[in-house]
Amino acid sequence: MSATLPITLTVNGESVSADVAPRVPLVDFLRETLGLTGTHLGCAHGVCGACTVRVDGAAVRGCLMLAVQADGATVETVEGVSDSGEIADLQDAFHRHNALQCGFCTAGMLMTAAELLDAGGPPPERAEIREHISGNYCRCTGYQSIVDAVEEVAQARAADKGGQA
Amino acid sequence: MNVTTKYDRPNSYIGSSVPRPNAARLLQGRGRYVDDKILPRMLHAAFLRSPHAHARITRIDTEAARALPGVVAVYDGAEIARHVTPWQGVLTHLAGMRSPDQPALAIDVARWQGEPVVMVVAQSRAIAEDALALIEVEYDPLPAVTDMEAALTEDAPRIHPEIDSNLCWQRDIDAGDVEAAFDDPANTVVERRFTFGRHTGVTLEPRVCIGDYDPSEDRLTMHYSGQAPHMMQSVLSRHLGVPEARVRVIAEDVGGSFGIKIHTYGDEIATMAAAKLLKRPVKFAADRLESFMTDIHARDHRVTARAAIDAEGRLQAVEIDDITGIGPYSVYPRSSGIEGNQVINLIGAPYELPAYRARLRVAFQNKVPMCQYRAVGHPIAMAVMEGIMDDLAAASGRDPVELRRINLRADDSYPSASPQGMKFADLSHQACLDKLLDMMDYERLKADQDRLRAQGVYRGIGFVNMVEVTNPSPMFYGVGGAPIAAQDGATARLDASGAVHVANSITEQGQGSESILAQITADVMGVDLADVHVTTGDTATVPYGGGTWASRGAGIGGEAMLRAATALKDQVLEVAAAILQGRPEALDIRAGNIVDRDSGQIRMGLADLGRTVYYRGNELPDGVAPELIATRHFKVSDYPFVFTNGIMASHVEVDAETGIVTLLDHWVVEDVGTILNEKLVDEQIRGGVVQGIGGALYEECVYSEDGQLQNATMADYLVPMAGEMPDIRIAHVSTPTRTSELGAKGAGEAGTAGAPGAVMNAVNDALRPLGARLSQMPMTPERVLKSLRQGG
Amino acid sequence: MKTNAFAYQRPDTAEEAVRLAAEGGDGARFIAGGQSLLAALNFRLDEPEALIDISRIATLRGIERRENRLLIGALTRHAEVAASPEVARDLPLIARAMREVAHPAIRNRGTFGGSLALADPAAEMPACALALDAVMHVLSPEGRRQVPAAEFFCGMYETALEPGELLTGVEIPLPEPGARHGFSELARRHGDYAMAGLAMMLGPRSGGVPSWARVAFFGLSDCPARSAAAEAAILSGARPEDCAAKACEEIEVFGDLNADEATKRHYAEVMLRRELTRLANDEERTA
Repeated sequence: MSATLPITLTVNGESVSADVAPRVPLVDFLRETLGLTGTHLGCAHGVCGACTVRVDGAAVRGCLMLAVQADGATVETVEGVSDSGEIADLQDAFHRHNALQCGFCTAGMLMTAAELLDAGGPPPERAEIREHISGNYCRCTGYQSIVDAVEEVAQARAADKGGQA
Repeated sequence: MNVTTKYDRPNSYIGSSVPRPNAARLLQGRGRYVDDKILPRMLHAAFLRSPHAHARITRIDTEAARALPGVVAVYDGAEIARHVTPWQGVLTHLAGMRSPDQPALAIDVARWQGEPVVMVVAQSRAIAEDALALIEVEYDPLPAVTDMEAALTEDAPRIHPEIDSNLCWQRDIDAGDVEAAFDDPANTVVERRFTFGRHTGVTLEPRVCIGDYDPSEDRLTMHYSGQAPHMMQSVLSRHLGVPEARVRVIAEDVGGSFGIKIHTYGDEIATMAAAKLLKRPVKFAADRLESFMTDIHARDHRVTARAAIDAEGRLQAVEIDDITGIGPYSVYPRSSGIEGNQVINLIGAPYELPAYRARLRVAFQNKVPMCQYRAVGHPIAMAVMEGIMDDLAAASGRDPVELRRINLRADDSYPSASPQGMKFADLSHQACLDKLLDMMDYERLKADQDRLRAQGVYRGIGFVNMVEVTNPSPMFYGVGGAPIAAQDGATARLDASGAVHVANSITEQGQGSESILAQITADVMGVDLADVHVTTGDTATVPYGGGTWASRGAGIGGEAMLRAATALKDQVLEVAAAILQGRPEALDIRAGNIVDRDSGQIRMGLADLGRTVYYRGNELPDGVAPELIATRHFKVSDYPFVFTNGIMASHVEVDAETGIVTLLDHWVVEDVGTILNEKLVDEQIRGGVVQGIGGALYEECVYSEDGQLQNATMADYLVPMAGEMPDIRIAHVSTPTRTSELGAKGAGEAGTAGAPGAVMNAVNDALRPLGARLSQMPMTPERVLKSLRQGG
Repeated sequence: MKTNAFAYQRPDTAEEAVRLAAEGGDGARFIAGGQSLLAALNFRLDEPEALIDISRIATLRGIERRENRLLIGALTRHAEVAASPEVARDLPLIARAMREVAHPAIRNRGTFGGSLALADPAAEMPACALALDAVMHVLSPEGRRQVPAAEFFCGMYETALEPGELLTGVEIPLPEPGARHGFSELARRHGDYAMAGLAMMLGPRSGGVPSWARVAFFGLSDCPARSAAAEAAILSGARPEDCAAKACEEIEVFGDLNADEATKRHYAEVMLRRELTRLANDEERTA
């Protein structure tokens, strides 16, 4: 066993320090050390998207990043963006459209969709939404309701912006 | 669409598309999946698995692994077998089925690549995996039996020496004069051979369990990611020697199951045994590699089909030969025979069919065990029959819709029965077909198709008529000796605050089980949906029952809920009448208040009633019991299954140069009887369609000839992702089942049942002008190209 | 699927990184974005003794114009390359190909240099590097050297990088005005590695034919491969279908789970014919 290393990072706005073994992936650190179990581990090889979290503002795979690599970083998980209300509109749309069944993909799906919604520009077309979430696997919904929810929020946010302009 | 039921009235919930109350938690990352649970002193299991499809285990050396710091225990198959009795996945009503004893971990011989051989329990999963690398196992490879047909030849190596062949089960059906139909020169006869690949469930949450044993009370708790807690309770009791009443199985949030997590897995049972031996909680969370190599696989059939129509296009006979490969054991306790049984039972079900002959052979092989996965057998039955219908239409110069219309069972013909003896009632094929054609604008699509073909663009339209097994009775499993309840129980009680708490033996894996239970209860009780609190999934707290599988949650658990809530309402009104010195019949509950039935005038709140009964029982008249709780159970009687029906169409474009299939549209018309929540039904169907599309176009467990799984990663095993999936349009016809008051039939498997056949027919419709035809799933680009080269 | 235990080092400079790699010997691996490496480690396909995390070496990250060349630092994220206005304007082939590289979360962390150094035979960027005649900048304790793309990709996950050598950046000559690009990829799902792919640059037309041509295929062989025969056919003014027939003349094609050798050859021809036809039609339209 290699020695643990000290890391300090900001998770959901809170500074966290811990000693971690280098081999611990970020997703395991969040789930097991910090108890942030809203982020899930689905495949551990970067394909399913269940572990998607935000690191320094970008959506990344929590299974393809080591916790030691997040030293000094700002990490946000579904718990953080829920408590802050940042994606409340997206969560509400997911709820109304039944854009989740078992819920295991949902955190990753929300983090991925949130990045698309924050990208700026005109609201994305359905095909663009589908392409953007095509690295997030959902076995339950068939995706259509997810696309419906994201599309609705994109249009609502664009209309809001238009109204304010 | 506005669904009107007999329950429809202001403020009713049955039939209303309310959002799922329990989804809010999941949206905020506050789910409680098994892997989220970290118990004090918990250990972690990992398994060394056979790298060979078939091999004798000659030596196991675990010394180095045991010496690794952090390793707590190492068990091989023989050691685990001292604490776990083996099981046999046979059902007595599937006459003649055989499958030998299966141990939790392989003993002496490993029979599939991935079978657990040694278990390590350590302080972390990572350390357990480190220890696996230190274990030495010597194998003496044996000939692997992989091809299902080769497995049944005389000289095939035996997978189980104690059985005289690799045949697990055979069933034959012979009804009506099949030969005469095929011999009649006036009839049109077609024949075709289909191949359906193996695929698997790929639940996003892999299998995961925690065993927690308290020796002071001899109590075993299993934290379970699965569909049937009471079945699991019985299985654990039988094989671990803990009294059934002292086994508690708890299923909270489940990250997808689809039939994958309803079977007995040796690694899970061994985890429970380890928890018992070590007197500490032990968690086993399968990783993705383990999921591919140990979760049950599905399908894997070769089917030869022959059918005849007369000059008027009426079906005269169908003949089927189905062989299916199930791996080395029939899976316990549901058996691996049901899949093939449903194939031969359901073929031809939507149509008037006078003669039918079928042979089913279920073969052992050295691959991952195969068992029931969403839509068990249906996708095969539908794809075969509907493929044959298209062939018959082409051979007789008829439009595929016209031929189907000639043969469909008439909506006014029920009850009726098929040559296989299936009893049908309350089906609506004709109404569904009409609705579908209207929704998809069939004539316009056909015109577009002709126009585009002239430009070298190949589009196709494919249809599937479906009959689906839902709401099974005890004739499905219980009759065959399996510890699987066909009935479900529901309890409803009023608490002192006037809120309603319900518990039900059906389970939730995201279908919306808890939502429909709340809807039914709120509707019956006349309370706000938010005032109904639902418990499922815990054998310590819910009534005894089957769980959620075989499209039975709403139809059986929902009916039990309806009856329990009705009984509770009667109790409430009785007590209210006593307090208010009136008659129960003159009262009702509306918006959480006891009201005069006729005037609607509020007499007292449910909270007042609750407090009176529970705190101030002295105010109750003599003879009124302080009892506001009712339990009811329900099973389907008179019919073995509540069959339902639907129809689908798929619209695709095939790039004839690359073989790539683009899905353009997909339509479904489904009759689920009474619709409890249309949004949930539609999303069940959509998700099911996409799983079906997975089997049709993408998913296949690819094996080498020596039984090595070639694509056990999510990069290589392709599941449907958002980019390629079409929007799916859904409409309903509602014919409530006569077997219950609620009238709900199942909805969970319809999409998966029909989609593969619809897509296959659409692809073949696109290829038809090019002289090609494909009869193998998944329809990969390469297979499409090969069919074009071979001309079908 | 947990990795083995390893040590972790995070040098601040490229020089320190290669020094650590030299010290670590066979058991040391550089980790940049880690999007392929960590997946492999999770499967225990590789069990290193130490990871040298180069991802924070600022000098290896960014896109810079140097005269008629664009220098892309090895640690520049795929997402940064995809969003770069310089890349969009000057290297539209890369901008086009980036859309097919995995999925957003992978592009957010995966690096341009990492993709080249990994040399996955079915990946897009190595083929683009060939088509663009890129030059790899390589650092070792012995010093710096440059390797042309044509000599960089040697085989399945094999490059000209010696043990301990670090790819620091990629220098790409900007195609002259009038040059055109072609790109095509056949994958079973969006974002998957290719069953077959084509990255191509054609020089400005002179006398009705391109002045030069670089046709690179990926997903066909053990590494991305130029097709000299197809290039010669293009320069000879042959029709698209005749150029396409030459696509795999000197390429050793290997089948995989999704497409056998014959299918891949067929795909190469279809892609090349379609892209050449499209470019010819575009030409006609603008003419």
